[in-house]
Amino acid sequence: MSDHKPSAHSVQTTGHAWDGDLQEYNNPLPAWWVWTFYATVVFSIVYWIIYPSWPIGNTWTPGIKTVTYVNSEGETKTHGWNTRALLMADLNKAAAAQKPYFDKVASMSYDQIAKDPEMSGFILSAGRALFSDNCAPCHQSGGQGVPSFFPNLTDDDWLYGGGYERIHETIVQGRRGYMPAFKEVLADAQIDQLANYVASVSGIAHDAKLAAAGDQLFHGNAAGCYICHGENAKGRQEIGAPNLTDAVWLWAKVPAAPTPEGKVAAIRSVVAEGLNRGVMPAWGGRLTPEQIKVLTVYVHELGGGT
Amino acid sequence: MNFNFKHEWVETNVGLMAVLTMLAISVGGLVEIAPLFLIDKTVEKVEGVRPYTPLEQRGRDIYMREGCYTCHSQMIRPFRDEKLRYGHYSLAAESQYDHPFQWGSKRTGPDLARVGGKYSNEWHVQHLVAPRSMVEVSVMPNYPWLLTNRLDISDIELRMKALRKVGVPYSLSQAEYDANVAKFGETVAHQLHIPDARKNLVEQANFGNYDGDHSGISEMDALVAYLQVLGTMVDFSKYSDDAFVDVR
Repeated sequence: MSDHKPSAHSVQTTGHAWDGDLQEYNNPLPAWWVWTFYATVVFSIVYWIIYPSWPIGNTWTPGIKTVTYVNSEGETKTHGWNTRALLMADLNKAAAAQKPYFDKVASMSYDQIAKDPEMSGFILSAGRALFSDNCAPCHQSGGQGVPSFFPNLTDDDWLYGGGYERIHETIVQGRRGYMPAFKEVLADAQIDQLANYVASVSGIAHDAKLAAAGDQLFHGNAAGCYICHGENAKGRQEIGAPNLTDAVWLWAKVPAAPTPEGKVAAIRSVVAEGLNRGVMPAWGGRLTPEQIKVLTVYVHELGGGT
Repeated sequence: MNFNFKHEWVETNVGLMAVLTMLAISVGGLVEIAPLFLIDKTVEKVEGVRPYTPLEQRGRDIYMREGCYTCHSQMIRPFRDEKLRYGHYSLAAESQYDHPFQWGSKRTGPDLARVGGKYSNEWHVQHLVAPRSMVEVSVMPNYPWLLTNRLDISDIELRMKALRKVGVPYSLSQAEYDANVAKFGETVAHQLHIPDARKNLVEQANFGNYDGDHSGISEMDALVAYLQVLGTMVDFSKYSDDAFVDVR
């Protein structure tokens, strides 16, 4: 059959004639095709035996192939083949390969990890992968942040503290920034005074007379700014109140303002309107403790302090 | 190959051909689809999955209107790389109240099945208005109108009634409400009560203030409320890591 060449003389026709002489060939299928078809039938029967396949009532044929894995309770289980069991086995394999590193991460102190050259390499690659996926959307891939949205992690200015423990706490619990709107409790003139005082402590051109009055307000209980930002206006990291004496401005659009008046106005707007921003999600439930420890060291490497 | 069966019978009898064609096609449906309705392990039994609140449901409507599903999937597959990036694989149970489900089939952007709680509301708002201001290399279009469009809530009851018809347990009567209290608890049942839909929607939007703007309820409020609930209903810490292996 395989060397069959269709021609008018040798090919069987359907034996039917239309319009007098119009006939139709009846070519048999080539042998290779027919045998391939039979082979696929045999293949599928073997497949049905090995893998889950046929539905029967409210269950299905599980197949004879199995997957063995260890679950989080430490039990070794052998389960019929399925993708979820395969994932467990796959995770076991990866966990075994990473175990030496993560065991070290768990047992070593932050300082030890940072100083161990082998671990530093691991932190750099594992930390970078974790940072890129989870942190970079806000803090950007290099940790430089987005002005007036998300803080820069590469400088020395830390809202909640740049030590290992504080970074760890920030990642696990998340953060939420809040400052009351002082237009609710202060007069416009008083807010002007406060804005000038804040400009004065960070070296921005200001009205000295207004600033002196603002100083009184800042340290008095009517406004009570000192309660959060501290007597010296250097902030309090335990509550995330920023240092007002440096040149770093996350919320007030001070760097963007071209004139000193504009800079004071930018500060004024934050004093008046307050802030209810600066939300960082809690990663405690999303990442494992080891992953968070790796990230803590990675973020600290970016620009952390003590 | 000699078949006694004459193909000519089928070719010359259009009625027979139609019947045989339909039989051939229905084999696929019977083998692939019908068992899913019969097998009792198709939808896993987990705690926490509930229908969307009116605000989330409107957000979901906007998600579909803007065609988010054309670039974003909501289906984490049981592979190690997906687990590492997106979290626990999606369960059938988690989309049991989705009509239609938003599993999607293309990932130009990342999977969103567990995006809830991963970013702050403020990030979502800024990212939807101007994606490249947050992610430099993003190819996502800008959706600035979400912030300026007031959310249309005039037909929220009708939308919920339509979903109720296809099996979502939004309640109309006291009996249905009581059944929801038994199934989901009072707080959730309250949100699922159609007569209170408008009040609930406004309350959730004002309390959550998802768009950071108190002046009214924008489409952004609804969409962010929806995004922030995605994948958060099941608390996987309550289950062993192989709890769902048995149901496949």
